[in-house]
Amino acid sequence: MPEPPDGEISTTEEFLADERHGFGGVAGDAGLLQVGAIEAGPESAHRRGPGLGIGAWMAIGWMGFIILIAVLAKIGILTWGDANESFASCARKGPFANEGGASGFLLGCDSNGRDMIPRLALGAWTSLLVATGAVTLGFVIGGTLGLIAGFSGGKVDTVLTGMFNVLLSVPVIIMALALVAFLQGASGEGGALSPEMILIIAIGVVAIPLIGRITRASALTWAQREFVLASRAQGAKSRRIMIREVLPNVLPAMFSIALLAIGIAIVAEGALAILGVGVRPPTPSWGNMIALDRGNLFKSPHIVFEASLLIFFTVLSLNFLGDVVRARFDVREGGL
Amino acid sequence: MELTRTVAKRVVQLVIVLLFVTMFTFLLIRLLPGDPTTTIIPFGTNAQRAALRHDLGLNKPLPEQYWNYLTGLLQGDLGKQYNSGRPVIDLVSQSLPVSLQLMIYAQFIALFFAIPLGIFTAYRAGTRSDKAINTTGFALLALPNFVLALFLSYFVGAQLKWLPTGGYAPGWMDQLFDSSRSPDLWEHARYMLLPAFTLAVGQIAVYMRLLRSDMIATLQENFITMAKAKGVSNQRILWRHALRPSSLTLLTVAGLNVGTLIGGAVVIEVIYGIPGMGLKIYQAVFSKEYVELQSYVVIIAVLFVLVNFFVDFLYSVLDPRIRRARAS
Repeated sequence: MPEPPDGEISTTEEFLADERHGFGGVAGDAGLLQVGAIEAGPESAHRRGPGLGIGAWMAIGWMGFIILIAVLAKIGILTWGDANESFASCARKGPFANEGGASGFLLGCDSNGRDMIPRLALGAWTSLLVATGAVTLGFVIGGTLGLIAGFSGGKVDTVLTGMFNVLLSVPVIIMALALVAFLQGASGEGGALSPEMILIIAIGVVAIPLIGRITRASALTWAQREFVLASRAQGAKSRRIMIREVLPNVLPAMFSIALLAIGIAIVAEGALAILGVGVRPPTPSWGNMIALDRGNLFKSPHIVFEASLLIFFTVLSLNFLGDVVRARFDVREGGL
Repeated sequence: MELTRTVAKRVVQLVIVLLFVTMFTFLLIRLLPGDPTTTIIPFGTNAQRAALRHDLGLNKPLPEQYWNYLTGLLQGDLGKQYNSGRPVIDLVSQSLPVSLQLMIYAQFIALFFAIPLGIFTAYRAGTRSDKAINTTGFALLALPNFVLALFLSYFVGAQLKWLPTGGYAPGWMDQLFDSSRSPDLWEHARYMLLPAFTLAVGQIAVYMRLLRSDMIATLQENFITMAKAKGVSNQRILWRHALRPSSLTLLTVAGLNVGTLIGGAVVIEVIYGIPGMGLKIYQAVFSKEYVELQSYVVIIAVLFVLVNFFVDFLYSVLDPRIRRARAS
């Protein structure tokens, strides 16, 4: 017997049409398709049983490892060498490179002879910093607006949803690129804003309407529940209901979206770096390591591939964890 | 009657969105701090600055500037490149068909793989092969397309030497925009295959999942049971009876992706060196051609909004339930 489709697809036609229309904005380049796909309702194979399952533990382990090396590299407690120290003898050498491997450097060196290991570790810090910063910005603004829109309904909802739709009417990657380019132009050569900050703002601003729409949809369903009505009947003010009744229920779903969003933001940082507007060298990020040595892909593939693989596994782990969280808290699916 | 009202409502929305989008791109340049001309042409002479100021109409009040910008856009005035003096509209007529072709191929490849896979996984829902395909799809979703592009150009391009890893030859559409570019279809196909496939891979997973979940729902409907009872073969039930009613979401999302891909393929175009809109945008950012960049953003945004409008419109025409929900 085929199992019924995922509960993520809602019931009323209007809501359905509205949500599907939203793919236009959600789906896109730089891995932004992910939200579209996840929202469309993937089948969660790992929904049963009380335990987390091996996949989830592997994902948690990978994220723990990446965060650990990122933090250690940043504060420099454990040094694997200087991220910017150059060894001429090692330049462009590494596993699978035409010029062969370099002894003493497990993962080889980049085209400037800098050891890949400390660069990847410090790059993890930069990439995670930009990604979490952008997602935090997106959630603080987009989440709040979405919550207000979904809870209030009526004119407020119409205006805010309209605003989200206008922001989504430019493909996200183009929007982010334009924002970074103009913010860089605006902050000038000296730079009132650091390159990392510019990226955080650009990716964060692009995330606002995406997160806003998802939060709104979630808040909308919770706002129609009986306990909200009960609270209102007891004379609670709108703001109290929103913060004390709706918000706690929206949060688990938001946490799952946040995990996905961080993955997407890591990819966005990489894409923007390839487009030439990433973190400025010599500061390494996974994205700008790929961007800098893209020209050496055929001779020294290890440089690009090592950073690429880290991005892939990190995004995969985040997607997986996001899916696990979503499945665990999916009340519509389990509790009702 | 109902339909007319829906259309009218959507057209009004379309106009409002277009006004906001153009206002956004208009403000991008005007909000550069200080004198925008120093940012746009940092090494320009005073005479060049004055000319730019005149071109942009910076000495006029903002609403008038916006009005002039808007009427200019409607007449196809997209400004010019300040380093070369070339009108942006020429660059667009060269690069837009390239991106459009890439997008069409990518969609075609994605649907070519996704539809059979979606049908298969829906039919075999819950089995081991379904789970294997879904897990692969899930992993593919985490694969950024630039990573895939780099892997493919290394393995298929540089190691196996099957396909070129960069460059472009004109195809069937380029000639329509610029008559001097005669098509070379074989070379065109060779250059476009890797980038189109790269763009398609991420979408295969998405499309497959969409079709699968709709298809599972359709397969539980009474008319399918009826067809089975009449002894219709499984093949025929899946392809003839169940596919069409299940494909609405898939087609909508695919339609919306058409808009996204016109400008959204920037990274792929840059990696494979395909001279489409994406590569032009990259070059404009690189050479700080803000006016040119502004024009590209506005073109892509307008195309995106128009495509979304038509897809949404088609969607409500195809499915009467949505038409009614929208009208009320």
